[in-house]
Amino acid sequence: MSTAEEEIAEGWQRVHPYAVVVTGIGNLKQAIFPMVIALFGSQGVGGLGTGLLLLILLLILLFNVGGSWLSWRKLRYLVSESDVRLEQGIISRQARSVPYDRIQDVSIEQGLLPRLFGLVEVRFETGVGGKDELELAYVTMEEGERLREVVRDQKEAPALPVSSPDARPVEEPAAPERGTLLFAMPPARLVNFGLFEFSLVIVAILGATLQQVEFLLPFDLWDLEGWEQRLSGPGQWLAGLGWASQAIGLFVALATLALLGIVTGVVRTVLRDWDFRLEKTPKGFRRRRGLLTKTDVVMPAHRVQAVTVGTGIVRRVWGWHSLSFISLAQDSRSANHDVAPFAQMAELEPIVAEAGFHLPAADTDWHRPSPKYRIDAAMFSAIPITIAGIACLFFEQTEWIAPVLFAIALFEAVRQHFLWHYERHAVDATQILTRRGWLAPRTTVASPMKLHSVEIAQGPIARRRGYCHLVFGLAGGTLAFNGLKLEEAEAMRCGVLESIAAVDFANLPR
Amino acid sequence: MDPRLANEGLTPLDPSYVTVLRIETLLIALPFVAGALAGEIGGLLFTGAFLVPVVLVFSLLVLMVPLKRFNARGYDISDDRLRVVRGLMFRKDTVVPFSRVQHIDVEQGPLERAFGIGRLVLHTAGTHNASVVLPGLRHETAVVMREAIRGHVKRETL
Repeated sequence: MSTAEEEIAEGWQRVHPYAVVVTGIGNLKQAIFPMVIALFGSQGVGGLGTGLLLLILLLILLFNVGGSWLSWRKLRYLVSESDVRLEQGIISRQARSVPYDRIQDVSIEQGLLPRLFGLVEVRFETGVGGKDELELAYVTMEEGERLREVVRDQKEAPALPVSSPDARPVEEPAAPERGTLLFAMPPARLVNFGLFEFSLVIVAILGATLQQVEFLLPFDLWDLEGWEQRLSGPGQWLAGLGWASQAIGLFVALATLALLGIVTGVVRTVLRDWDFRLEKTPKGFRRRRGLLTKTDVVMPAHRVQAVTVGTGIVRRVWGWHSLSFISLAQDSRSANHDVAPFAQMAELEPIVAEAGFHLPAADTDWHRPSPKYRIDAAMFSAIPITIAGIACLFFEQTEWIAPVLFAIALFEAVRQHFLWHYERHAVDATQILTRRGWLAPRTTVASPMKLHSVEIAQGPIARRRGYCHLVFGLAGGTLAFNGLKLEEAEAMRCGVLESIAAVDFANLPR
Repeated sequence: MDPRLANEGLTPLDPSYVTVLRIETLLIALPFVAGALAGEIGGLLFTGAFLVPVVLVFSLLVLMVPLKRFNARGYDISDDRLRVVRGLMFRKDTVVPFSRVQHIDVEQGPLERAFGIGRLVLHTAGTHNASVVLPGLRHETAVVMREAIRGHVKRETL
């Protein structure tokens, strides 16, 4: 730990000077749009000379670089004995300190631009999420790795008897980052995965972009009459082609859309999950992925609160499942960490076992909620829709909506029926298991020892019908069994509380 | 067994909590009563058309409901867990083991201070029930409970 002491002697540090360039260019990306608008706008005015225009552009540029230089100057961080401190802000200063034992996990992210400069963004995850996390943008890869090591070593130190504050854990054997590979996705698997990640987000993006740059187009995009007129030339010919050709046209249009969706899915998946590797290192699970933006996340194994196995409506036919860990730290704005996004069940089992859980066995004693709960839920969703449908029947303009609403109501009732069949829960000696969902079921496995509170809730209807909901306080996620019989819920709560009380929070198994 | 959450064996809250609840409801009611008075003075309808129903409804709300809410609440503290029961319509029965408490607050608003009562707030790491509030305790009781629970709260490692 000599490096940490040296740093403390040096005191405060700044992030890497190249960060000025990287953030400057990053900000410029946001400024490009107003700049384009300014360019086109000035064309309309015509009076502005080229010189003035260049001056404006130069000013924007200067403002940008100056701003990022100033914020670089005004940002400093300190890795001290007990916490990580960050001070930043040009006009209003902001000082933040995060104690080591609150840091859940240190993640390293590398976007395309920082990568060209060999820089990374380091984030200290505390579980508050989003903007409130302590972030360092950007430091060198080595500094990032070093910070991660420092935090980990500091975190482990207090676990020893606190008799002498100087007691440091015995240094782990060298090369602690070389772990055993648990899961990886070769390119073929990745493309296969992408095929199931059908996404029409590109259509939405195109639409939004069109709306943004509409003023540049020589015609009004939303002028329907104009479109009709434009179509009346070739469109007349189109209409004359007859029913079969129109059907073919529709088919081609849908096929194009489907192809677009699949290609988007593949591209997005390849960009996000390229070279996906999950390793088990002495410090926990380490996941690396990404083609343009590389991320490197390490989750300590004992911080995994629960594991979730999910699937999709289509992919389940081929037996593809995804595995994610629930923990307090956040993974790109989501509470769950993807650890194996596309794998067969047999591949998932060893990973789950490494995290200290096991997947439901064939002889698991599953229970269903009270059928009354499902009946009430079906009534609650179906009856208002049906009434709205009946109301629609009274007016000629809205008559056509009624069958649609009736169909939705029927679907809701059918869905509740199937949910009653599929959703289940179980409590065995060491775990709490639930299965949710109908077409794309999701199984969550949690350990009762890692729960923080247990609540039994009952609404007015539930009280009359004699069922209740059992809600667990899980760090970083939700876990609830709905519609249980009260005796059953109380028995389960008793069992869970016993296993919580048996293990003290401070001595949870690692 | 009655399929409803019961309050048997629970410790009731401090009776002055009813008064606090009543005053709080009264404060909510005041603007409505003022509105009704304005309606009366404006003389839009016959005398008492606004004031009588508003005052009737709110006197019911101020007198009856706080008592019912008070009766629906209760807690049970054992040597390793706290149970908090609350809710008139939507019953909630929460148990927090002391070993999972992150930190503890005793809070007191101005009204609560006037009546010498306080709120005990237990914070947990769970996303659901991140803070469990137990209002209407005698302030001294709340402080004693805080000290008792604090003895159990171990250093956080999770």
